[in-house]
Amino acid sequence: MARTLFDKLLAAHEVRRFEDGTALVLVDRVMLHERTGSLALQALAERDRPLAAPAQVFAVMDHIVSTAPGRGDASSVPNSAAFVRAMRDAARDAGIRLFDIDDPDQGISHLVAAEQGIALPGLTMVCPDSHTCTLGALGMLAWGLGTSDCEHVLATETLRVRVPKTMQVWCSGRLPEGVTAKDLVLTLIGRYGAGGGAGYHLEYAGPAVQALGMAGRFTLCNMAVEFSAFSGAVGVDATTIDYLRDRDLAPAVTPVQERQWLDWASDAHAAFDRRIEIDCNALSPMVTWGTSPAQVLPLGAPVPDNADSRALHYMGLERGKPVADLPIDAAYIGSCTNARLDDLRAAAEIVRGRRVPGGITALVVPGSTRVRRAAEAEGLHEIFEAAGFEWRESGCGLCFYAGGEGFAPGSRVISTTNRNFQGRQGPGVRTHLASPQTVAASAVSGRIRGALGLAEAA
Amino acid sequence: MEPFIRHEGIAAPLPIDNVDTDAIIPSREMSRVSRRGLGRALFANWRYLAPYDPTPDPDFVLNQPPFDAATLLVAGSNFGCGSSREHAVWSLADFGIRVIIAPSFGAIFESNCWGNGILPLRLRADVVAQLLTATAKGLFAVDLEACTLAAPGLETLHLEVPARRRSDLMAGADAIDQTLAEHAAIATARARRNSLIPWAVPKIGDTP
Repeated sequence: MARTLFDKLLAAHEVRRFEDGTALVLVDRVMLHERTGSLALQALAERDRPLAAPAQVFAVMDHIVSTAPGRGDASSVPNSAAFVRAMRDAARDAGIRLFDIDDPDQGISHLVAAEQGIALPGLTMVCPDSHTCTLGALGMLAWGLGTSDCEHVLATETLRVRVPKTMQVWCSGRLPEGVTAKDLVLTLIGRYGAGGGAGYHLEYAGPAVQALGMAGRFTLCNMAVEFSAFSGAVGVDATTIDYLRDRDLAPAVTPVQERQWLDWASDAHAAFDRRIEIDCNALSPMVTWGTSPAQVLPLGAPVPDNADSRALHYMGLERGKPVADLPIDAAYIGSCTNARLDDLRAAAEIVRGRRVPGGITALVVPGSTRVRRAAEAEGLHEIFEAAGFEWRESGCGLCFYAGGEGFAPGSRVISTTNRNFQGRQGPGVRTHLASPQTVAASAVSGRIRGALGLAEAA
Repeated sequence: MEPFIRHEGIAAPLPIDNVDTDAIIPSREMSRVSRRGLGRALFANWRYLAPYDPTPDPDFVLNQPPFDAATLLVAGSNFGCGSSREHAVWSLADFGIRVIIAPSFGAIFESNCWGNGILPLRLRADVVAQLLTATAKGLFAVDLEACTLAAPGLETLHLEVPARRRSDLMAGADAIDQTLAEHAAIATARARRNSLIPWAVPKIGDTP
């Protein structure tokens, strides 16, 4: 019988299925980070519970590390050095591989896992970070969890999960020039709501997805959690295989290995519990106006008449007026959503030869130190710096405000991140989510603007 | 974990959809390497007049008697969406919340609730709407043994609670101990996986 990718992943990892709709599943990889990793490891150590599979556990420093050049253990986040050192000590005591602050492969866990070949087709993986679903783009089942569930995985190599239904998001046509994976996933969430994927595992498929490189596929899967899906994935194809070549912890791509990996895709005619279709030919650049990723509009469209008053008030907006052309205080390029090399290249292309107007803060925080190095090898940092951007070290950075560095209260920020929640980037900060291209064009315009509008104005 | 069998208490209405875990506890309030004492930070952006200012906002429901002593929460759909931070559940538990009723929950948040002795009850949206009205009229009572919810002015509701989650919660069982008892089934599954997915375990020596 034809099976979906999810059916295959579950079947290969199911220990036991319970009558109440939950299943105990084997977990092949765990990524930890300094925000909660030491809490989980210490709790196990205190109860003399050994790690079930330490060779399958990895740790990174990403959540609260400084992104300032020349950084040490401390950032401006209160108590940050204590978190960093506790993670370092706990990783050493547990005997797990840590990508520390000064490691040439340090970065946001979801980027590091892919770059290193920790994440691979067919595997299951967890991390105490909701955007772990990003890695589903490699044809695997990856999802975020809390600290207690993480302890459970560390101690047992398994987790009990509520088995989701399956949903295929069929992306027909082709994304028009200048329209990105970010615009596609924002369209999806805007159309079906922030809870539209609740109870489902999503699989993105169709010609528009096949045409995307891995960076775009990671962006699509990254925001599956903003759709409240259990996770998201893309089946393995030639693009995936190319990405997997020469990854340190991945097996070599032999013809046999390649065939085995290509199995991690849905069979033709596999039945999904639900199927929705998005015509990508009709899409355009998107920007959020509110405090949920579902509160989103095509650039230039007016804020809807039925807009939620609480969100409008927080964002300082009026019904019937467009978000486009609003003056901004800051532009942010970073996060696990949109800070890969392709994202930085696309933004640099727009920024090249232009200047960020005075008084506007513009930041680039590469998603990983590898991305940062690769970007520097191409001279992208010089383009950004010449335009007035700050070029930072890698980390989660200002995607969320942890009490340290943030944007000024009340400031309007255009951001390549994934969450525009109230206070997400600092108390009172008004975040508008968009693609790297739109953020770059807005940065050099001093107001919210698409790259196309910029070309006409120039 | 404290066993949960029956619970009676004040239910606070919070009829907002898509309440994210950043709203339940802002990241800036997670600055201690600890799970305890987070109740003060619950809904900090809404509960206090300004960040880091402990002056309560009188307009927020949890600052209004009797709801300042609530132990149940009746919420909108997709409650607890967003970040995986278990601090959201720890802060709710530390405040005293034992039951959350909503049409749907963020998946990670819902799992975190079970692990911390909070009962997440998914009920139909029209039922939740009736319960929201009932919050003003008196105490709610949940009986997990009988699988019932009694709210003032409404007929007693029968609850459908996942069987195994329910028995674990009633026993206050440790989930890790429960799973470790399945070691034989886990070993079988691991062997099957390793033959199907030979790359599931990174090769020793590959680690740089």
